[in-house]
Amino acid sequence: MGRGPPVENGEAVMAEAATERTRPRRRRRGRTPRSLPYVLLAPAGLLMLGFIAYPMFSVLYYSLQDYNVTKPWRNGFAGLENFREIFTDDPFFWETLAFSAKWVFVEVSLQLVFGLALALIINQTFIGRAAARALVFSPWAVSGVLTSTIWILLYNPSTGLSRYLADAGIGEYGTSVLADTGTVFWGAVIAELWRGVPFFAILILADLQSVSKDLYEAASVDGASRVRQFFHITLPHLRDAIVLSTLLRAVWEFNNVDLLYTLTNGGPAGQTTTLPLYVAQTGIHGNEFGYAAALTTVAFVILLFCSILYLRLSKFGGDDK
Amino acid sequence: MTAALTTPQPVVTPPPSEPGGSRKRRRSYDEPPRWQIYLPLGVYLVFTLVPFYWMLLFALREPGSDSLVPWPITGEHFAKVWNERGFDTYFVNSMYVGIASMLMTLLVALSGGYALARFKFRMRMPFMLALLCSQFIPGALMLVPLFEIFRELTLLNSLWSVIIAETVFQLPLSMILISGFIRNVPPSLEEQAWVDGCSRFRAFLAVVLPLLRPGLVAVGSFAFVHSWNHFLFALMFLNSQDKQTIPVGLNTLLGSDSVDLGALAAGGVVAAVPVVIVFAFIQRWLITGFSAGAVKG
Repeated sequence: MGRGPPVENGEAVMAEAATERTRPRRRRRGRTPRSLPYVLLAPAGLLMLGFIAYPMFSVLYYSLQDYNVTKPWRNGFAGLENFREIFTDDPFFWETLAFSAKWVFVEVSLQLVFGLALALIINQTFIGRAAARALVFSPWAVSGVLTSTIWILLYNPSTGLSRYLADAGIGEYGTSVLADTGTVFWGAVIAELWRGVPFFAILILADLQSVSKDLYEAASVDGASRVRQFFHITLPHLRDAIVLSTLLRAVWEFNNVDLLYTLTNGGPAGQTTTLPLYVAQTGIHGNEFGYAAALTTVAFVILLFCSILYLRLSKFGGDDK
Repeated sequence: MTAALTTPQPVVTPPPSEPGGSRKRRRSYDEPPRWQIYLPLGVYLVFTLVPFYWMLLFALREPGSDSLVPWPITGEHFAKVWNERGFDTYFVNSMYVGIASMLMTLLVALSGGYALARFKFRMRMPFMLALLCSQFIPGALMLVPLFEIFRELTLLNSLWSVIIAETVFQLPLSMILISGFIRNVPPSLEEQAWVDGCSRFRAFLAVVLPLLRPGLVAVGSFAFVHSWNHFLFALMFLNSQDKQTIPVGLNTLLGSDSVDLGALAAGGVVAAVPVVIVFAFIQRWLITGFSAGAVKG
């Protein structure tokens, strides 16, 4: 569930589904038992079975239960009751879902635009490029909690940036970005943007470096402007990388709760609560495991559905590649 | 004999050292004017660096000062978080978790990745698909069932719970990547080693592994940075003070009633230093490493 998974490998997997892989031609010497690949895969398989597959099924199981460790007398089979409650009796579910959608959309599109611009700039040849690249990419390695720490320092009304700006005559004293319902969204968006842009920049830069220089030269000879070159050479080349990286990032932004949990803890007044954050709050603090499990199931299905839809609509791995 | 085996350096992995050479590469097509590079880059650098500077400023200047330059410098805040707020223990714990889950991820992913890259077997495609699908499973939403599992295994409040959880969620991607890297190494190289009498395992160690180095560095540091940073598993599975990791410690500082900004900033610096160092080493391998993992159509 990493931050920053590389793009092209999904591609590799997909490409592989289509083409038969050429197997290393080796003489059978009877020394490699047929079970060897399974033995090699066993550790990974067991870990994933035990700690991904099994918990998934237990989430499904709990979602049909009334399960609360602090109220054991109520526990028991609940059928689809949890789901009925989610969809008909829980306005906060819809609020968090809407906020999640808004959060993911705004974050991913802004990160993509800035990341693409940054990658295009850094792909140029200029003095100080290596240093600029290292500096610009550095927030990539920073955690959500650390990002919150840094931005809480910056947003602090009495010692943060706004105070010094007010000293210089810009804005007002006592502006508290994170406590004001009007500014908290953008305050959080900017903080997340700060560490999210490098992810796109890194992945897009990796893909940019595989564009053949001859193409640009030929286009240049034909008199195509750089803007045209961008739209006709660069962008089509990057398409699959962009589709996959936006998808991975969207999933990641949807799922990741570190930043909002520590920066705003969903507040003020539940305004910045994403669906997973709501799940974490019901499950951890409210101890309503059954309900949290049902919410998890709903979130997972929504995520999967949106991902498939996105891949379909974007014609991933389309014909022009 | 091993020397003979390692000599053929084929075109498999792109050389990681690229920054120096880039200057020599003169492009014949038109380049943008310099200001179109430096102006946006400068603006973006300010956006990137001011927050870092702000943290350093608070961590280094004396309490009560509101100067914008951390002068005179004080180590007071660092001493405080390190000695009084338990960051010395958190640091060791985080290192332990980071390094252990990195090694576990690499080991398991190498073994599985090799199987996926070099063998054709019935479960191969289903397994690949499962790896890909697991990317969509929200780790945060698995907290409750994982908590129950670790309770059954009596691993709660042991660093191993976090190490296992981090490894498991790192695995799918690491394995996809590493199997991509291995596929880029021509099988003929290994076959030559077999002809020379190497076992499959020795051939792998002597021929394939050295060629995987850039990729392994990328994947390994990825895993380290991720588990160093990750917060929710540690928050949920570890509950005694002496088992906490740095992100949880930071969160405690953030949540205390009267937030000590100096200590908070110093804690932030402690959290940032290892990942920044790792990042400084790997950032130029990151791009080549990831490009190498890809199979271009």
